[in-house]
Amino acid sequence: MNETNRRNERYNEYVKSVTPSTSTLKSLLNSFWIGGLTCLIGQIIFDLYKWIFPQLDATNITNFTSMTLISVAILFTGLGFYDVIARRGGAGSFLPITGFANAISSASLEFKTEGLIFGTSVKMFSVVGPVVVNGIFWSTVAGIIHLIISGLML
Amino acid sequence: MNVKTLHKGNNCDFLFKDKMPEFLSKHEYTRQTIFFNNPPSIVGKMAVGGCKEGDGPVGKYLDKVHCEDKIGEKTFEKAEIDMLTEAATGAIKSSGIKKEDVDLFIAGDLLNQITSSSYVARDLGIPYAGIYSACSTMSEGLALASMMLNAGYFDNILCATVSHFATAERQYRYPLEYGCQRPPYAQWTVTGAGATLLSRGGNGPKITGATFGKVVDWGTNDLNNMGASMAPAAMSSLIAMFNDTGTEPDDFDLILTGDLGKLGSDILRKLMSEAGYPLGQNYIDCGNMVYGIDQKCYQGGSGCGCSATVVNSYVLDKVISGEYKKVAYFATGALMSAQSCYQGETIPCISHGVIIEA
Repeated sequence: MNETNRRNERYNEYVKSVTPSTSTLKSLLNSFWIGGLTCLIGQIIFDLYKWIFPQLDATNITNFTSMTLISVAILFTGLGFYDVIARRGGAGSFLPITGFANAISSASLEFKTEGLIFGTSVKMFSVVGPVVVNGIFWSTVAGIIHLIISGLML
Repeated sequence: MNVKTLHKGNNCDFLFKDKMPEFLSKHEYTRQTIFFNNPPSIVGKMAVGGCKEGDGPVGKYLDKVHCEDKIGEKTFEKAEIDMLTEAATGAIKSSGIKKEDVDLFIAGDLLNQITSSSYVARDLGIPYAGIYSACSTMSEGLALASMMLNAGYFDNILCATVSHFATAERQYRYPLEYGCQRPPYAQWTVTGAGATLLSRGGNGPKITGATFGKVVDWGTNDLNNMGASMAPAAMSSLIAMFNDTGTEPDDFDLILTGDLGKLGSDILRKLMSEAGYPLGQNYIDCGNMVYGIDQKCYQGGSGCGCSATVVNSYVLDKVISGEYKKVAYFATGALMSAQSCYQGETIPCISHGVIIEA
């Protein structure tokens, strides 16, 4: 290893030692209560729908609940609240379905200036693209594994 | 090229225990600083900022503060163009020189293909030289303009630069409304434009010297930790300047770096004291002072508007009023792109500087 590499390594170590890091406990607590609150609100919406439309089955109510949460998240993104919540919430606001809605709608909003085709349509998945690709890929892998295992068990 | 012996820089025990870095161990360096025998003077200036900058510590020195992000335009890019136009025309106006007498417009910005500057140049109708040196664009522009004026090719040159939080964010990071967390060592791109009009004659602060920096890369690759990447570049150029001019940090009333932020300027202090040039109370960083602690901008400001607005408002005001007699302005720039970083490249940085004397 030559001199420059050694210097760079040492400098990176030094930088690492002086760079402030995020407090894990604080992030965990924040994401826990914000993520938990999102789920609680989802549950309340679910129960409300069940109470208003007693004739619907659980699958339908779940879908309506998701749709409501997505709409609210998109509305919040458009009004500029969501990123303020997310700055504190971290994974708590990123993981639920609302985080996905925010990622798509923020990109669509941002690139509207380049037009509906080359802007919004092209860039809409710029942030969530990896989530979609990996989601589909790994669920396929999981499905195949499940198939093999359940096939062996038969 | 003159080759002189590096007088200091032997006591780098702290960071470089077994062997000194290549940069310091060479014990020789090429001359990087030029001195002007007909130093050009700063005859006009203007600084335009956004709302956040207006609320910051230097807010009251800004000539104009825009509280609307898009300044009534359809896109943030157009707003950026508006700000630069405003700064450029304002600087010409404040000097009392006619627009037709301005011979050259040297400008740059952070956007791909420096479009903002080129659109402004189209509307100004002044011969234009576009430059890119990331956040050190302002000091590079001043250095180039001073050389041209000193040589007598031109009489008046306008230097300007601009950055906008929203346009930089969308080019280098994520959509504005996307809910992501920034690490505590991130910096905030300054929304603002600064312009300086230099003249061969005239009264005003003089630019007496300029240092062109080398590209320095100490192997950092965190896009969010720009201060730590750029500190070695600032160190390289500052040491070159101190050696070329035979000065010490204490000989300056103010040593100014561009946008190292709080973390970066702390690292620079450490590096400089290791190299034998401890920076005292007279060292400040534009990124560190542009926002207040309560403004939640993490380590401070960044972007080429950062040092451009601070220099063209607070610093030059103080030089003109006589509070500062000798100022070293060394802006730093990180010369990476989003692609180069995703491809695993480290961040090359540069620092160009000018010496401003009252």
